[in-house]
Amino acid sequence: MNANAQNYNPWLHRFILVTAVATFLLLGSGGMVTSHEAGMSVPDWPNTYGYNMFLFPVSKWVGGILYEHTHRLLASGIGLLTTVLAVWLWRKDARGWMRWLGVLAFVLVALQGVLGGLRVTLEMDQLGIVHGALAQLFFVLICALALFTSRWWQTVALAHDRHSEENAAVTDRRYQSLRWLVLGTTFLVFLQLVLGATMRHQHAGLAIPDFPAAYGKIWPDTSAAAVAHYNADRMEVISENPITAFQIILQMVHRMVALAIFILVAVCAWLARPPGAPASLPASQVPNTDFRRQDGGGPRDGVPIHRRLSLFWLGLVLVQIILGAATIWSNKAADVATAHVLVGALALATGALWCAIAFGPTIAALCERRVEDRRSPTATAAGAHPAMIGNK
Amino acid sequence: MKDAKGTPVLLLIALLAAAPAARAADIIGTITLKGTPPAEIPITPLMDNPDCAAMHKTTPTTHFYVVGPKGELADVVVSLKGVTGKSTGASAPPVVLDQKGCLYVPQILAIQTGQKLIVRNSDNCIHNVHCTPTVAGNEEHNDAQMPGGADLTYTFPKPEMFLRFKCDVHPWMFAWVSVFDSPYFSISDPEGKFVIKNVPPGKYTVEADHRKLGSKTQDVEVKDSDVTANFTFEVK
Repeated sequence: MNANAQNYNPWLHRFILVTAVATFLLLGSGGMVTSHEAGMSVPDWPNTYGYNMFLFPVSKWVGGILYEHTHRLLASGIGLLTTVLAVWLWRKDARGWMRWLGVLAFVLVALQGVLGGLRVTLEMDQLGIVHGALAQLFFVLICALALFTSRWWQTVALAHDRHSEENAAVTDRRYQSLRWLVLGTTFLVFLQLVLGATMRHQHAGLAIPDFPAAYGKIWPDTSAAAVAHYNADRMEVISENPITAFQIILQMVHRMVALAIFILVAVCAWLARPPGAPASLPASQVPNTDFRRQDGGGPRDGVPIHRRLSLFWLGLVLVQIILGAATIWSNKAADVATAHVLVGALALATGALWCAIAFGPTIAALCERRVEDRRSPTATAAGAHPAMIGNK
Repeated sequence: MKDAKGTPVLLLIALLAAAPAARAADIIGTITLKGTPPAEIPITPLMDNPDCAAMHKTTPTTHFYVVGPKGELADVVVSLKGVTGKSTGASAPPVVLDQKGCLYVPQILAIQTGQKLIVRNSDNCIHNVHCTPTVAGNEEHNDAQMPGGADLTYTFPKPEMFLRFKCDVHPWMFAWVSVFDSPYFSISDPEGKFVIKNVPPGKYTVEADHRKLGSKTQDVEVKDSDVTANFTFEVK
């Protein structure tokens, strides 16, 4: 068994999985706060209408208070789970970098709590955008911790044949292109989430009320007269801020980035298709990029991990596009808009975890090489280290 | 011999005393709307809230366009453009903005800089009073107001059009308060009529602002009698 498998702690892994699920629910809760325009419905923090937050009477959880107050309570729960997670990792995980990731998770959740509170007490919408974006990154971190504490990661991913990795580096440019494309697309997904958060915190409702057209056109008229006409016709119950040309352009950019993400994810799926080995390539040099276990085990259906991830990611993006359209068609119904936020979070997490899987073995190999070089520099001088062959 | 030099001065004083004194006058007018505005929409989230629904027999609607049978347009804020530094707000009686039936009453208000705005909670439920000014110098506030709680009082030192008040507990609740640096403003009534009282003689630009329809202006000259300035807005 791989030495890394000794790090495997099933209960820790399960605890982190629970934290990840709870964090996902918290994202939904936060999404509902914004979707219901309830972010300022509790004017004080950390108290709630003068009560200790944990003693606020249930009878007063009404209207927007219900969403904001339950969000604060859930966030407190996540804070507690994350604290336990960080301490547990620090005490029990032999990998130094994992211990520090646990510390990072604790710092992020504490920062999130403060940001959420300051957004209320300082009455700053901009902090709401940062709070929303950071929430997504925190969710990605917890999902990554769940991955890194999994048996699969520690017995399969890092046991990935280094020689095959080297061969892949030399012979499979498609794999190299794939993982860099996944990385770039993941960053674009995060940018899209920030765009979405910025749109939602304008508190102006739908800047463009139709889809796929925009005010009946491919590109809407954003002149002052046109915007005045849009506002005159606009009948909103909540989100009473008048719309501006900036908000209309922001939504158009969001739509275009969505299209770009779809194309990029589709290309990733294309690149992740099962590699047909060139006839001229010896079997020993066919790259093992599907993370099958060295004992021949692995995914039962034989579908490589990258293929699975690419299809899952593509599916998520398609659902996300449908939800985006539905958000407009439903006049920004709170549940639809919140689902759009949640699927966006899943898309970001999927891309990030795929990056971890694609780059993890390379990073691990580099780290191992550095450790071995430090231990016996003369051995390195005597002969080429296998990990160095073809490794980028 | 009598001194004749003071006679012309005395005559001038007598003439001035006899002349009618120039007096302040009112600017009056009617505001009408041409065209058919979009239909008002029901405030369904209000009826989804048990506390608020209990105060209404039918679902209230929005009031973006309050139009009479002959096109009379209400809720238009009429003021004298560019007249500043004339505020008597500090000594003016306070204006009351009430929360009744989970709605702000009235929805369109106007006050002077420094004038007290009293926000009252007449409902049997929690509200938060959240004002979001956009003009530097006017401070944002977000205050809890429990049922039966004390009135909240605000003042704003800077002129601002349609300063928004909202309740985040009940996100359909909005009021729009315009702040002027003079007492020369009025809001058109359901008959579309407005009166700006006691305007000193002079030339002015009268501005009429509707939250959805934008603004229109008209130049007038106030002498010693009331001046009429009518406005027509159009829905396109």
